[in-house]
Amino acid sequence: MRRDTNRTRVFTRRALILGGIEALALGGLAAKLYQVQVADGKRYALLAESNRVSARLLAPPRGRLLDRTGTPVAGNRMNWRAVLVAEQTDDVQGTLARFSDLIPLSDHERARIDRELLHSRRFIPIILRDFLEWDEMALIEVNAPDLPGILIDAGTTRLYPFGATLAHVVGYVAPPSEDEAEDEPVLALPGMRVGRAAVEKYHDLALRGRAGLVQVEVNAVGRVIRELAREEGVPGAEITLTIDSGLQQDVTATLADESASAVVLDARNGEVLAMATTPSFDPSLFNSGVTQAQWNEWTKNRQTPLINKAVAGLYAPGSTFKMVVAMAGLTARTITPNERIFCPGYLDLGDTRFHCWSRYGHGALDLRGGLKNSCDVFFYEVARRTGIDAIAAMANRFGLGVRPAIELPEARAGLVPTRAWRERHGHHWNPGDTVVHGIGQGFLEIAPVQLATMVARIATGRAVEPHLTRSVNGTLTPGADPGFWPALDVPAPYLHAAREGMWAVVNEQGGTAPLARLDLPGVQLAGKTGSTQVRHVSREAREHGHFNSESLPWEFRPHALFVAFAPYDAPRYALAVVVEHGNAGAQRAAPLARAIMTDVLLRDPANRSASPVPPSPVRAEAATPAAMVQTR
Amino acid sequence: MMERRLYRAEAFGLAAKLRSVSWLYVTLLALLAAVGYVALYSAGGGPQPFANRHALRFAVGLVILLATALTDLRLIQRLAWPLYGLGVGLLLAVARFGHVGKGAQRWIEIGAFQLQPSELMKIFLVLALASWFRRASWERVGNPFFLLPPALASAVPVVLILKQPNLGTAVITALVAGVVFFAAGVRWWKFALIALTIALAAPLAYHHLHDYQRARIETFLHPESDPLGTGYNIIQSKIALGSGGLWGKGFLHGTQGHLDFLPEKQTDFIFTVLAEEFGLIGALSLLGLITLIIAGGFVIALRARDPFGRLVAIGITTNYSLYVFVNLAMVMGAIPVGGVPLPLVSHGGSALLTTMFGFGLLLSVEVHRDAASERDEREPL
Repeated sequence: MRRDTNRTRVFTRRALILGGIEALALGGLAAKLYQVQVADGKRYALLAESNRVSARLLAPPRGRLLDRTGTPVAGNRMNWRAVLVAEQTDDVQGTLARFSDLIPLSDHERARIDRELLHSRRFIPIILRDFLEWDEMALIEVNAPDLPGILIDAGTTRLYPFGATLAHVVGYVAPPSEDEAEDEPVLALPGMRVGRAAVEKYHDLALRGRAGLVQVEVNAVGRVIRELAREEGVPGAEITLTIDSGLQQDVTATLADESASAVVLDARNGEVLAMATTPSFDPSLFNSGVTQAQWNEWTKNRQTPLINKAVAGLYAPGSTFKMVVAMAGLTARTITPNERIFCPGYLDLGDTRFHCWSRYGHGALDLRGGLKNSCDVFFYEVARRTGIDAIAAMANRFGLGVRPAIELPEARAGLVPTRAWRERHGHHWNPGDTVVHGIGQGFLEIAPVQLATMVARIATGRAVEPHLTRSVNGTLTPGADPGFWPALDVPAPYLHAAREGMWAVVNEQGGTAPLARLDLPGVQLAGKTGSTQVRHVSREAREHGHFNSESLPWEFRPHALFVAFAPYDAPRYALAVVVEHGNAGAQRAAPLARAIMTDVLLRDPANRSASPVPPSPVRAEAATPAAMVQTR
Repeated sequence: MMERRLYRAEAFGLAAKLRSVSWLYVTLLALLAAVGYVALYSAGGGPQPFANRHALRFAVGLVILLATALTDLRLIQRLAWPLYGLGVGLLLAVARFGHVGKGAQRWIEIGAFQLQPSELMKIFLVLALASWFRRASWERVGNPFFLLPPALASAVPVVLILKQPNLGTAVITALVAGVVFFAAGVRWWKFALIALTIALAAPLAYHHLHDYQRARIETFLHPESDPLGTGYNIIQSKIALGSGGLWGKGFLHGTQGHLDFLPEKQTDFIFTVLAEEFGLIGALSLLGLITLIIAGGFVIALRARDPFGRLVAIGITTNYSLYVFVNLAMVMGAIPVGGVPLPLVSHGGSALLTTMFGFGLLLSVEVHRDAASERDEREPL
């Protein structure tokens, strides 16, 4: 009991000591609170009111795109804009009202601003008016005291010096969507753009670069008091394209008013030297938003100006497919190069009669004669003997029915049918189907860039892929070297037979495309015509027995195609031209091909590339401190 | 007379026990939770997403509190060591299966609910140490061999919590254990020896700290050196506190825009929300309420006759007050940031329920204050 009392006494004493310590600690906390909240309160209140640390993201300048000679095809231009930081004004609506007294805002703009005010965080600047004129800027500056929260900010606009001429290759940029801005904070900065088409889209991440971060102390009106830290961003990559902008302009001019596309490749390495599509559009219109009227005009146009027909326009290849059929037959040994097939003007298969384009027939022809005359019966027969699957396999080797590896997200694979494909769709493959595919009709769907690739591969025997990137930040892409591309898995004599046939088409008496013959000394062009009927109409026309397609309405006329390479004896350039509803390849497309190839040979763009010297690094000062984004 | 008291204690009916619960103390706790509701209402900009959940959790916590308060203290004492074993098991489980959050393994998921075993462990450790020391005479406490087992029992959870890594909770656990040792009568000079050892070992330990822990100490020493990094929280927190002034900016009129940059303002930094909106007056009122709760704990400890109850009461009260000190000192920039919430005010389910369990134990000591635990003091050493 005594010991117990002793323990209780010890406990009580020690508990009181502990209580005393805790009372001291609580008193200390109260004193500290007094110091922070009252003694230093004024200072902290001022800090809270006027000083805050903010992290500003430095929007990296978007990388430029150059053509192969170093000429800019997409660049940036400085512009000024008025932005509103909602956090920095007590009366957003009042500020906006005073602003629109100075610079009238349309209802449309007001609606957009209200929407952004509602959705974005209060410290993210909202663009009130982009592309300010000098007098507008002066007006804002003079009235700055009445416009709390409104700042003038430097931004950049994407500039496309070649406009519509290169729109389908270069693409365009547009403001990011709200979802994108949420995923990637740097995109929330005003003026940030996202590549929406073609190379701008394909290389978007590289072109964007990486945002820098500057940590600054700013006061209540957003003025920077001092910079605390700076982390430089990485400017967007400068990308040199394989395009020759001068040639591109010429090709576009040659196509003129047609709804057409043309692709010129360096046959040795697959570099796209020109890729023209007409009609086209002005890519800079997307930068600030396309008007509804403009959009309607584009989308309702039968000639589809927004579609890059060179990679996304799909056509039956027609007679340009005959080289593939020939090589498929040779490889399958269903014909020999010298074997003759008799053309009476038609081929009967069961109860169906397939006509040759020449009503009277071509008589007995070997392979070279079949190509030269573009005899349909010859290729009906080769196809019948060879079978669709062997033809499709050969077509794939030449890049047909395979999505090209080109840096255009719009590129399509097209279609080269096989038996299995037809059966997957619940149909039986008829022998008649094979015959029709022998002359490049039927289910075939091929893009012009694939035709150009096919010709380049025939011409050089290398499995080149069409591509648009020549160098990134001065580093040459490996594909620029012809040795990078593996040899095609087709025996050389068969390739030679195809080339010889194409030579005869243009250069031999009686060939189908004399209009494509070059006027240059010592250089010869080899090519092949193609005319493809717009299928559902052709059947109708046949039933009514009139074939004069010139009298048909434009959209029912056949497409005109021409593929070519030159020089014949040392192939360097490959070309494909497709004129939509141009009637006949020989009449409409061949002269265009001749004009383009003449220009190509005279310019020799493959030898006109800028030396791959690394561009001078863009200085960080050029980066536009676009806005305040307070992280955390 | 003592026999009569004992008899009465054993004859306690449930209703009588319920009446003897200190309802004044329960009211103080409810007031504190109400302050939390107000703060969370402001932090969340309305009853969602924090405030209503806080109220619901407090209701659940109240049930736990009463159930614990009505549990016979002797039963609790018998369960002390098994519970300690459970706590260590949970800590080992968290090390093995735990949820990795913010670079530390601290939680395990039990159904929909996250359990933070280190919180429970502190209470279980208090129970275990109190159970050990309840029979210790003054002479016995002086025997170093008698102190070895409880010292080991304290070291195991401290090391496990350090490994998570959670420096703040480990330090609090060690301090709580130390206070129980102290209250049990361990000699002064032994504490002085330990303090000296720590002072000498500190530079070495600093070397083995995690980078983020070292960063916290660095920032504490020079907060302005890294205004956007670790020091940012302290600066923003002090600005929020300081701009509240004497009277505050008024309910819901705190500059939320600034506090948006304070991470976890609904948990660790909840005090800044209150202090900004209600000023020094509000902050001191809250401090007053907290002082009453701590003082109440001491009163309960001093009134308890049974050594086990006294030590439990001291341990629980110390645990709570350490939480408050660390949290408040942290938001005022007086000690390094430690990831410690303000109990019953901060948002967070596991911490609230554990806190209520602790206060339930405290009230159980109060309810059974006249009962003595089984005495085995007469047993030979």
